[in-house]
Amino acid sequence: MQSRRDFLKSSGALIVSFSALSPAALLNAQDEFGTHPSHINPQQLDSWLAVQADGMITAYTGKCDFGQGIFTAQTQLVAEELCVSIHHVKLIQCDTDLTPDQGTTSGSQSTPTNFNDENLALAAATAREALLNMAAAKWGVPVASLKAANGVITAASGARVSYQELVGNSHFNIPLNKAAKRRSPSQWTVLGKPVPSLDHVSLITGQFEFLHHVRVPGMLHGRVVRPSEMGATLNGVDDASVRDIPGFVKLVVRKDFVGVVAETQYAAVLAARKLVVRWNAGPRVPPKDKFYEYLQRQPSHDSLSVDSGDVERKLAAASKVIGATYTYPYQMHGSLGTSCAVADITREHATVWSATQSAYPTRSVVAKLLGMPLESVRVIYVRGSGCYGLNGADAASFDAAILSQAVARPVRVLFSRQDEMMWENLGAACVTEHRAALGPDGRIAVWDRENWVASLGNRPGHDRPGNVITGMLLGYEPEPLNPGPAKPPSGKLRNQSNTVPPYLAGCIGGTCGGNGTINGERVLTHTVRSPFFTGPLRSPLRIQNTFANECFMDELCASAKTDPLAFRLKHLEDTRLINVLKAAAKTAGWDARPSPLTQHQGAGEVSGRGIACVAYEGGNGYAALVAHVVVNLATGVVHPRRFVAAIDCGPISNPDGLRNQTEGGILQGMSRALVEEVTWDERRITSFDWETYKSIHLDYDIPVIECVFVTPPNVRATGAGETAITVVPSAIGNAIFDATGARIREVPFTPERLKAALLQSGHNSEKA
Amino acid sequence: MNEITLKVNGRQHTVNVDPDTPLLFVLNDELGLKGPRFGCGMAQCGACTVIMRGQVVRSCVKPVSFVGADEITTLEGLGSPEHPHPLQKAFIEEGAAQCGFCLSGVILTAKAVLDVKPDASDQEIRDALGGVLCRCFTHTRMFRAIRKYADAKRLRAVPS
Repeated sequence: MQSRRDFLKSSGALIVSFSALSPAALLNAQDEFGTHPSHINPQQLDSWLAVQADGMITAYTGKCDFGQGIFTAQTQLVAEELCVSIHHVKLIQCDTDLTPDQGTTSGSQSTPTNFNDENLALAAATAREALLNMAAAKWGVPVASLKAANGVITAASGARVSYQELVGNSHFNIPLNKAAKRRSPSQWTVLGKPVPSLDHVSLITGQFEFLHHVRVPGMLHGRVVRPSEMGATLNGVDDASVRDIPGFVKLVVRKDFVGVVAETQYAAVLAARKLVVRWNAGPRVPPKDKFYEYLQRQPSHDSLSVDSGDVERKLAAASKVIGATYTYPYQMHGSLGTSCAVADITREHATVWSATQSAYPTRSVVAKLLGMPLESVRVIYVRGSGCYGLNGADAASFDAAILSQAVARPVRVLFSRQDEMMWENLGAACVTEHRAALGPDGRIAVWDRENWVASLGNRPGHDRPGNVITGMLLGYEPEPLNPGPAKPPSGKLRNQSNTVPPYLAGCIGGTCGGNGTINGERVLTHTVRSPFFTGPLRSPLRIQNTFANECFMDELCASAKTDPLAFRLKHLEDTRLINVLKAAAKTAGWDARPSPLTQHQGAGEVSGRGIACVAYEGGNGYAALVAHVVVNLATGVVHPRRFVAAIDCGPISNPDGLRNQTEGGILQGMSRALVEEVTWDERRITSFDWETYKSIHLDYDIPVIECVFVTPPNVRATGAGETAITVVPSAIGNAIFDATGARIREVPFTPERLKAALLQSGHNSEKA
Repeated sequence: MNEITLKVNGRQHTVNVDPDTPLLFVLNDELGLKGPRFGCGMAQCGACTVIMRGQVVRSCVKPVSFVGADEITTLEGLGSPEHPHPLQKAFIEEGAAQCGFCLSGVILTAKAVLDVKPDASDQEIRDALGGVLCRCFTHTRMFRAIRKYADAKRLRAVPS
């Protein structure tokens, strides 16, 4: 691993621009993605981009790649704007000594942040225009007469000058130019093309350096020893139980934090396994089989997304109220590789090699935990196993820092499978209750929605170490819940978590920010303290909410005895959402008719189709999905056979990358819909490995997946990595209903639950 | 501590380790290999897969002393970026990776089954991959790549 000095030496120039912001300015205004002004001034072009003496373009980004393809896409972006090939761009990602602070790489925000008219895209456009202007000034000719290609600017006269001759190895020394023009998609030669992912060759031939391979001189190996259960406190540790292990170095105890450090990985594993630790028991966990009822009875922090004030009156006046309750379990990130980090903490400097999605916030928390000034801490992002959100990466980074400080040597921490799965910030469990009624015109007149979300902790941000396990063990509290009633909705509709079904008008104070037409509307959320840590897991709350919304919408379609596609379209106003629905239906050969198909009898296999859609976060990407499934009525096994997805994410940076993300998202969504569920007993999580936490393995006979991309002109680029997964559980649930007439309202759709739903719907699969 | 000699990817190595050390730790820490990776430490996911005697072995649960004189092949031993093995080439052509952490399990397991049974059906390949996990769910492309390689291998095997 390079030191900062080595790095700067090898990159040829000191290229990073350090701004002279005062400490007060650094603490000022944190924007919505948690970005602070840092020592690297994002308003300066040199903070984002440099031309080296050899003509290579070095670009700096605060959005990192964990397998989703953003490294390649950002490389394409810079190459496109600078009119060079991707091989002339070197991208440096997420290093607090080198890259601008772009907060956290999450929430499908990398593309909207860096691929429109700000940040990295604006920097690259500013650089191209600046280079053209320099050449124009040099030759005394109009800029419009110049052409840039392959890192060379050519004049009408035939005169040529390379970028490096203009600025090689020196600073641009100009601010980002808000008026700089992006190259339009019609001109693109690199961006928008299916460029193979730049990491594939090294990944597939086993050469790729993951965080797990980072080794620094003098490095020791650490393991953590977590409590017996959530809320347990340390009673005592028996140092003698591990002292004789060859290679054992030190037992580290700080409040309830326990870790061991050894010369080798094996010695660290043995020490963690053999260490005798006594814990004071934590509180009992509410039983799993009554958990959703438990959630609904707890004190809660309430918020109203929208409230037209007339839902009770409209429901009372309706001839028939349709109601249903949907539940979604805790699920895991379940990264394939357990979390890892390497820290080298000396008295003066702290360096942490981390797979965190949040380099700058992690730096702040490490400084706080170690009692060191922020300026002396450096966090370097190195890719780990795919994370799908807040897995154990942040906690492991804190663990490594604590252990390294305690032994005054570099320490690598690797979690055991149990460390990972018993202590991660789970995807939240949710309950949703809907009530709705049709009006005399056959349209939905009123929709009332209330949900309960289990929440504890989150991303640690800059100052909440207690939001993840390490911080809690060190004595920091997680973000408080603050129970209290909801305030009336105000301002513009915010639908970040897709709590509001797209069919609602979303009217607040006369302004309607929803995607649909229904104006008898109330959406109330109760946030409840969770017994386990929770945090963002790919499509956080969006997948839970969309499952509840899109399946209930299907119930309303069935109640109106109308085709599910036609009935949806009737309640939508958002053209982009309408167009993805139509595109998916067209490609899938949607047979327009009400669901269910028929009432099936017997014990054989039946098939059906279902549809679902989402305007992700209200408008950060659009997806519709048609699922075709086969259901075995005797066994209750659901087998998806075909998925057709239509995606609109605006201009596409890399169609092959988008397809890869869409295909993976759909199958991950299928695994979550069919098998994934966290389990626990009265003390602790019992799904702590791949036997106890089910995931679809590679032996599954996977369905056919077709992707259609819908790209309207003149729209901004949106997120795309989380849209497809969001609609999978609901599309499958709706297809099951179409096939069987049974409505399944609880994820995952296990054979037992399906058989119960079949019985309830009047099926008797035993009979035939 | 014992002196142990290992043959890995065509090269002989001598290491000085506790003979009970899991093979994976020796490959990663003593030999600096990056293909096999720690996933679960319980032989449940395949991330640490290597090939020995033509069979896949989960190196996270095998002590290094178990290897003996047998040669070990890791993902990087199969082919190089310049000269990838045909199965790796098929994965590259199909873009069959996302985070890539699982690839030792997927590629080496597929290779092992097709070495033994070049005409393996899709179901037989799937059965062989039953204990392998890919949490990015890159299944579609991985199967396309494996099928492509298997078909090409079978064609080559047929005498013209």
